[in-house]
Amino acid sequence: MAAMFSQNPLMNGPNYSVNDAPRATAPEGARQHRFDPYTDNGGSTLAIAGAEFTVMAGDTRLTSGYSINSRHHPKLFKIGGTTADQKDATIVLSVVGFAADGEALKERLDTICKMYRYRHGKPMSVKACAQRLSTILYQKRFFPYYAYAILGGLDEEGKGAVYSYDPVGSYEREQCRAGGAAASLIMPFLDNQVNFKNQYVPNSGEGHALQERERRPLSRSEVEVLVKDAFDGAVERHIEVGDGLQIMVITKEGVEEVLLPLKKD
Amino acid sequence: MDHRPQAWGRPRDDVYGAYDASYLHTNGPKTATQSPIVTGTSVIALKFKDGVVMAADNLASYGSLARFTDVKRLRPFLSTSVVGFGGDVSDMQFLDRHLTELAIDEAYEHDNTSSSSETPATAGQLNAANLHKYLSKLMYRRRNSFDPLWNQILVAGFDSSSTPFLASVDLRGTTFTSPSLASGFGAMLAQPIMRRHAATEEDAAKLTRDEAVAIVRECMKVLFYRDARSLDKYSIAVVTRDGVELSEEEQLEKQSWAFAERIRGYGTQTV
Repeated sequence: MAAMFSQNPLMNGPNYSVNDAPRATAPEGARQHRFDPYTDNGGSTLAIAGAEFTVMAGDTRLTSGYSINSRHHPKLFKIGGTTADQKDATIVLSVVGFAADGEALKERLDTICKMYRYRHGKPMSVKACAQRLSTILYQKRFFPYYAYAILGGLDEEGKGAVYSYDPVGSYEREQCRAGGAAASLIMPFLDNQVNFKNQYVPNSGEGHALQERERRPLSRSEVEVLVKDAFDGAVERHIEVGDGLQIMVITKEGVEEVLLPLKKD
Repeated sequence: MDHRPQAWGRPRDDVYGAYDASYLHTNGPKTATQSPIVTGTSVIALKFKDGVVMAADNLASYGSLARFTDVKRLRPFLSTSVVGFGGDVSDMQFLDRHLTELAIDEAYEHDNTSSSSETPATAGQLNAANLHKYLSKLMYRRRNSFDPLWNQILVAGFDSSSTPFLASVDLRGTTFTSPSLASGFGAMLAQPIMRRHAATEEDAAKLTRDEAVAIVRECMKVLFYRDARSLDKYSIAVVTRDGVELSEEEQLEKQSWAFAERIRGYGTQTV
């Protein structure tokens, strides 16, 4: 509209009497209430892969700032079952970060897995699902889903598989991963307890000659204790984590779900 | 006289400097609401044994000015659910018109006048859970297009299995549920009171209707005492399986401002 009146081809707008050049940016103080589409809803997630199982866990608190919005808001979702109740699902997705984006991401991945099932007559493998999730995240590279996703399931050989993501879709398969608010508290604990980092065989040498403790896959009961301990520790030191602990264990029999209490303070 | 009509009626550039054309928004994203203008304060709601109570005061503020003192911020939907709005009032009115359209379409789809034995929840109509899902998708879509509806919305009613339902959605599309919910100031002042009576779903399922209404009324009083953008006239809605009972002319009763005399430590007051 303004361009119609323009007498100067260099200027895309109406002309002015003295100082003709319009300021490129608004003056200081103007439009200070720009809409920010993101918030952080806190919470933490965790996944550990075993020899023939995968354990996924997440707390159930939903915060905004210092307020607790909900004490029961699950972060773990079964993905790609035949029906809405996800009774026969074999893949679990955990999302933490901005809850609305997490929800949208979960719904996207679930519909895609369901479409795959109907088109191919078989459920999606974790490997395929993991690659697809990366693509979904990267498709929104310039307006990302602000969600840290972890995907868990069993691979083609029946071994536990954990795939972890950043908000724009970088991913890798790992033995274990913590995500969200208390990730920096839980991850070092996991490095030590799952991957036996900084654990050495006693009296096996001096300094760099020390022999590392041999890595072995953990048993299911060991992992379950580890998960509870990790979250009890996180709850103690992080205000955005607490209320309830949702755990899903994926085995070849299916997905088992338990809800344990955490501190509510 | 300037010979160019484009310059007429504008502040003189030699006095005021060049006109900042960035305010004309000739291109770029739509900026219908980039900040709330006329606003409503807290909405609070609490589940009980066979339904949900919701309340909000009747004030629409313009900044710190109590601008409109008779604005109804609770809206029944299909006489099975109640929607409560906090935040921008113009966006609330937009959503209100939108929901009216939706309700009319729904009423045509499902004529339940013939089978009066069926409860609305079983008649295949949009229940509160469906309505909440619809509103959350709407709000999330608007945030994705950077044109948000500046509201926090509470939806109360029943889900498909006919159990009491209460959920929230905000301007970013974030959704959550809880036995009790409160937006704005209510999240700090009312929520702790309501959680004392109904910390869990099980606790809420033990509350009677009268108890729940009394708790919510108490919360409205606390909010009026401490929230400077609140009013002593409020609306209260009770959703049960029999329908919605909405009263929009409630007056805060048995106020006592005796506590105010004991308040110390604000402003210039030192003793």
